[in-house]
Amino acid sequence: MSARAWQAMSRFGLGRRGAEALPDDPMAWLAGQLEGADPALAVPARSTAEGLAAWREDIRRGNDGVSQSRIVFQEDVSGLLDYVAVTDVPFRERLAWFWANHFTVSQRRGAVVPVANAFLREAIRPHVTGKFADMLGAVMKHPAMLFYLDNQDSAGPRSAAAEAAPPARRVGLNENLARECLELHTVTPASGYGQADVVQMALVLTGWGVMLRGEVPGVLFRRPQHEPGEKMVLGHRVPAGPEGLDSVLGFLARHPATLRNLAVKLVRHFVADVPPEPAVAKVEQVLRETDGDLKAAALAVAGLPQAWEPQSKLRGPFDYVVAVVRALDLPAGNRPRLREAVAGLGQAVMNAPLPNGWPDMAHDWAGPEAMMRRVDFAWGVAGRGAGLEPMVVAEQALGPLLGEATRGEMMRAGSRREALALLFAGPEFQRR
Amino acid sequence: MTMRISRRGTLLGLAGAFSLGRASLAVAAAPTEKRLAVVVLRGALDGLSAVVPYGEAGLSGLRGGLAGVEPGREGGVLELGGFFGLHPALSGLHGMFRAGEAVVVHAVAGSWRNRSHFEAQDWMEFGAERRLESGWLNRVAGALGGVPGKGADLALAVGGLTPVLLRGPAPVGSWLPQSFAPPAGDFYARVARLHAADQVTGPAVASGLRERGFAAGALGEDRRPERFGFPALAGAAGRMLAASDGPRLAALEIGGWDTHANQADRLAGPLRQLDSGLVALREGLGAAWGQTVVLVMTEFGRTVRVNGTRGTDHGTGTVAFVAGGGVAGGRVRGDWPGLGAGQLFEGRDLAPTTDLRSVSKGVLADHLGLPGAVLERVFPGSLGAAPMSGLLRG
Repeated sequence: MSARAWQAMSRFGLGRRGAEALPDDPMAWLAGQLEGADPALAVPARSTAEGLAAWREDIRRGNDGVSQSRIVFQEDVSGLLDYVAVTDVPFRERLAWFWANHFTVSQRRGAVVPVANAFLREAIRPHVTGKFADMLGAVMKHPAMLFYLDNQDSAGPRSAAAEAAPPARRVGLNENLARECLELHTVTPASGYGQADVVQMALVLTGWGVMLRGEVPGVLFRRPQHEPGEKMVLGHRVPAGPEGLDSVLGFLARHPATLRNLAVKLVRHFVADVPPEPAVAKVEQVLRETDGDLKAAALAVAGLPQAWEPQSKLRGPFDYVVAVVRALDLPAGNRPRLREAVAGLGQAVMNAPLPNGWPDMAHDWAGPEAMMRRVDFAWGVAGRGAGLEPMVVAEQALGPLLGEATRGEMMRAGSRREALALLFAGPEFQRR
Repeated sequence: MTMRISRRGTLLGLAGAFSLGRASLAVAAAPTEKRLAVVVLRGALDGLSAVVPYGEAGLSGLRGGLAGVEPGREGGVLELGGFFGLHPALSGLHGMFRAGEAVVVHAVAGSWRNRSHFEAQDWMEFGAERRLESGWLNRVAGALGGVPGKGADLALAVGGLTPVLLRGPAPVGSWLPQSFAPPAGDFYARVARLHAADQVTGPAVASGLRERGFAAGALGEDRRPERFGFPALAGAAGRMLAASDGPRLAALEIGGWDTHANQADRLAGPLRQLDSGLVALREGLGAAWGQTVVLVMTEFGRTVRVNGTRGTDHGTGTVAFVAGGGVAGGRVRGDWPGLGAGQLFEGRDLAPTTDLRSVSKGVLADHLGLPGAVLERVFPGSLGAAPMSGLLRG
């Protein structure tokens, strides 16, 4: 079996799970994972409406009692991570988390907590193999994003709500979501937009908010908050009303600067910290020719010759923890608590500090204490592999990627636990 | 009666103390007043450093800096009767020896000769050179009838790992999961070596070690305070074994013996931990010390000659210790094979003259009263390794 089989599993997947079958044809294996519905959607979890109901209940009860929102988050995310540890479509899973990070929502805004996983399920997953424009639309109209970047409280200065409000209760524009949509999600400053474009974009977004009342709480276009009249974003004419958002997002999603942004981020994530220009150009071209088809873009990335350079990317904490757990292939009852483990290594699930999400370069994750925590984690988790043969685990997980130095230290280790810990703390396992 | 975890926490006086170095403990109940604690030294103890044959003429020529210092001089070994001396870090064990409560058995080895830690530890704990359904101490629990009642309650203990030694059908209480225990210093040093060539992770791991207070030149030194180590665990084991409704069999383990480099510096720490642990075990047992035997064993010994990094590599013959209130102690047992030309095993190792199973079987026969047929079930295929006699008084 060629090194490419292992390389496919670590570079594009989540690491080989135990003695999981190695793909004869790595490209076919990757492509096959992008067919049909996302099996992660079969994992039981609360919907956005159920999450919002939990949030509503927490508001009603004040600080009294256990947060229903937190229970929703913890249970659903734990269930999801149990799935991640065993999924046989790891490429698809990597793409889902990549796009979720591109469109970061974070628990640091309390209202996001009960709907963060529903955001991943409802706004991201259905479009991972679809069109970027559709994903962008689903994201911008999802309560998690509307809460996270403050659009809930934004109102046009000439809107009915603003004009009706008493002077003591100011109602006005919030630019947060508009600015991040332009800067991070779509065209980036490279497109040359100015403050006027940000304001115009914010005006387009006015009225889009979350309704907590009712049988099925959810997203709602509230006309009283919406700024009347036509807007102009980057020279694109945007009509008033709810259709204005679809219009501007359709324009932004296809903007050349957006396609460039997406290509750079995809290549940085899957290929190299410093994306090689020909690789970016290739992915950009595919996005342009397919009207932003994300499946085609993902396969274009996998088809890049540069993507098969072994071990050139450092795993982030999430990928690292998942890869270790998959290599050990522990039964569900004997796995470390993944949510806590990932948080302990500095990448708490759905809790990025800022809207630009988790960083994606080696130096961001390879700080001294960060590496020491990985070593501690390796030692801890190796204690669970008591019945396993360390060299078998190493050969299964890394195959030809296992270096002689690590193999030698493992052979000289004083116990099975120490050998496994050296494997997981060693340099090969930090990379993908 | 049910023995709940909270009550055991009180019994141990150890609630919340999860950081216990490279040590772990598992226990099993049995309907007897006799207690047996087996301490596994994982990683292969250099028997020639722990019990130095200072009377051997060629010793310093063979071992150089690892030959030890003669008794009576500064840093000298502790006298064991004219030929052997205990490593100075083993003062507590020396006290037991002088009180007639500890026996040294030298030139011991299991039946295996493969020098692989993993296999050797397995065979030492399974009690046979093949994978069995249970470890030999678990079969002892079964033979003593330790199945229902108290034993089952003990299995309530938090879900840690049971060493092979005690694994099997007889119920076992294991606590202090190994995953909570931090690794010893030399583990970090080895990880740092592996990363040295990586331009990104190499400098990060090196700085991380420095920032955590490992001096650059002292990587590998074990600086963890004693209270978090093996002594705390051994003391807890003693208190559990002492309790009238407590377990009767305990398996303890302590690592840090795989001294391939700088052995003189690296061995002192683990030996001190072991020694303090044996003292803490005796103190924890109190009056029950008189009903207790402690067996200390390791998977194999180390090379007689020093290697290129002032350490020793995997060898064959080593030592075992037997201690307890009823032990016929104050003696060094076993046939000394010598270290002269032609006396080393394969030209490199202390030649084994006593089968480790003979020592274990001697304890099981005289201390727990297990008959020969049972001993053969505990150690299948060990008829050739007769129980060592006279380990217990009376």
